[in-house]
Amino acid sequence: MQNAVFKGRALAWLLLLPTLLILLVFIYYPLLQSFVGSVFRSNLFLGTRQFVGLENFRALFVGPLAPAYYQALGQTLVFSLGVVLIGLALSLGIATLANQPVRGARVYRLLLIWPFALSPAVAGTVFVFLFNPQVGVVNDVLGTLFNIRPRWLDTPPLTFALVTAAAIWKNLGYNIVFYLAALRNIPGELGEAAQLDGANGPQRFWRVTFPLLGPMTFFLVFTNLTFAFFDTFGMIDIMTRGGPIGRPPLDETGVTTTLIYKIFQDGFSGTGNLGVAAAQSTVLLFIVAGIALLQFRFGNRRVYYGGG
Amino acid sequence: MNRTRWLTHALLVLACVLITAPIVFALVKATQTRTQVLSPSLVPGGMLFENVRAAWTGGNLGIYMRNSLIVAAAVTFGKTLLSLMAATALVYFDFPLRRFVFGFILLTLLTPLEVLVLPLFDLVSQEPPESWAAFWQWLRHPANILNPTFGFGWANTYWAIIMPFLASATGVFLFNQHFRSIPRSLADAAKMDGAGPLRFLRSVLVPLSWNTIGALAVIQFVYVWDQYLWPRIIIRREETQVVQVGLSALLNASDRTEWGQVMAAALITIIPPLLVFGLLQEQFMRGFALSSEK
Repeated sequence: MQNAVFKGRALAWLLLLPTLLILLVFIYYPLLQSFVGSVFRSNLFLGTRQFVGLENFRALFVGPLAPAYYQALGQTLVFSLGVVLIGLALSLGIATLANQPVRGARVYRLLLIWPFALSPAVAGTVFVFLFNPQVGVVNDVLGTLFNIRPRWLDTPPLTFALVTAAAIWKNLGYNIVFYLAALRNIPGELGEAAQLDGANGPQRFWRVTFPLLGPMTFFLVFTNLTFAFFDTFGMIDIMTRGGPIGRPPLDETGVTTTLIYKIFQDGFSGTGNLGVAAAQSTVLLFIVAGIALLQFRFGNRRVYYGGG
Repeated sequence: MNRTRWLTHALLVLACVLITAPIVFALVKATQTRTQVLSPSLVPGGMLFENVRAAWTGGNLGIYMRNSLIVAAAVTFGKTLLSLMAATALVYFDFPLRRFVFGFILLTLLTPLEVLVLPLFDLVSQEPPESWAAFWQWLRHPANILNPTFGFGWANTYWAIIMPFLASATGVFLFNQHFRSIPRSLADAAKMDGAGPLRFLRSVLVPLSWNTIGALAVIQFVYVWDQYLWPRIIIRREETQVVQVGLSALLNASDRTEWGQVMAAALITIIPPLLVFGLLQEQFMRGFALSSEK
């Protein structure tokens, strides 16, 4: 640490006070309550509270609630994987194209990055209409061309795919903005040097550009995971409310019920034991913290852009 | 060479169409009449203003937009200010526990607010103690912390959707990085000229930080504007509800969804973040480039 420029500890603490107070009251204190809540059985209606140790976790992992919980966990993982892999591959491809020195590149870029301003709720709303079985334009086209009208919102595999597609579409703008910014920072001479050495287009991309984008890709993997885990809540709430129930063995809960959606359902839609919802929060907290720690450990520390 | 160029154009056009099509579709449908909107027709109609007006007043879109604008502006401003203050303390002062405090702030990056909605709901919605004496009485029994019975009593108010968001680990982190890239000599010079820390913050640091401030403002504005889960839980009145949840209310307002109005409303909710992004795009790109270069 370099020497401090200013003296006066009181002023330093005063400058920090608002931030520290808010984090203490609205993050650390609820965090403690979350841990505490997960070892009690609380009944919302009776207002009773009884210490049960790890009983809530047992119920979740090996008890009667386990099948539904594992289904939600598995769905969340597949969904997140789809959002990250397909979303990032598409975004990287599109950003690379838009970074080419072609005529009208500025216009292309403008048209490609505006979905940055899309919210999950808006994406869900538009998709629900596009894919409405009766009045949606997608089924109008499919009906006319192939005489099929899929029931997008209550056929489990289709619905899952549709929500995944909506999530990918929503986040394209965000990913493309960051990839374009990163591409802008790569000196053009590197590509030219490789070209002189006889590297063709794909070789230049995979050997020069892609490794240089590594830190950005790494960063985007984590922001997209957070997006898939949490930010898609509004989209799911609008499109499916977590449904529809799948065919066995996926009939324990709705096929688009993610971990956060399940916490919401169990915690706020009138199931008896809030402790189980608190236990789910605790588990999810450890998953997210683990993912974030991986990012801190292996990622480029200098790029962090999240909401928190 | 020429063929690759054509291919590039073709692929770019395809990407633009795929990305833009749903919104163009929403825009066309927002202009149609109640019967047209249910038909396959993609011919623009003349009902855009009627649909907007109906959603704005009949569907409470105006109220939702006002609420969202107030909340997003307050949080964006508050977060920026608080992060600037905290980063100034961390970079230009030396005090015991400095590293611990930095860690305490950064650690909150691990806990998204969404995971904490259950306890937050209790904390924010339960009624506050009647008097300080009652609160003091409560505090005197440490075991009470395990079963909190008091809260802020903020359910259905702006406070509930502003206060928990005001501190920002991201902001403190970014300003911390940025301030460390500013030559020390500037601070020493300012001090020699007799400027105190606050004066230094206002007249030197802030003018040198516009790119970082702009980048952070874009990210925070969009983040707050998109909030859905927390307002959905803590706000149960239309008068203080935000526009994202309002959109879902509009969608489910009746058995027969007014798709023209819903599409018009969806488009209107995109305008503020688009404006913010458009205005601050250069700062955003530069502030971001700066922080990823070093």
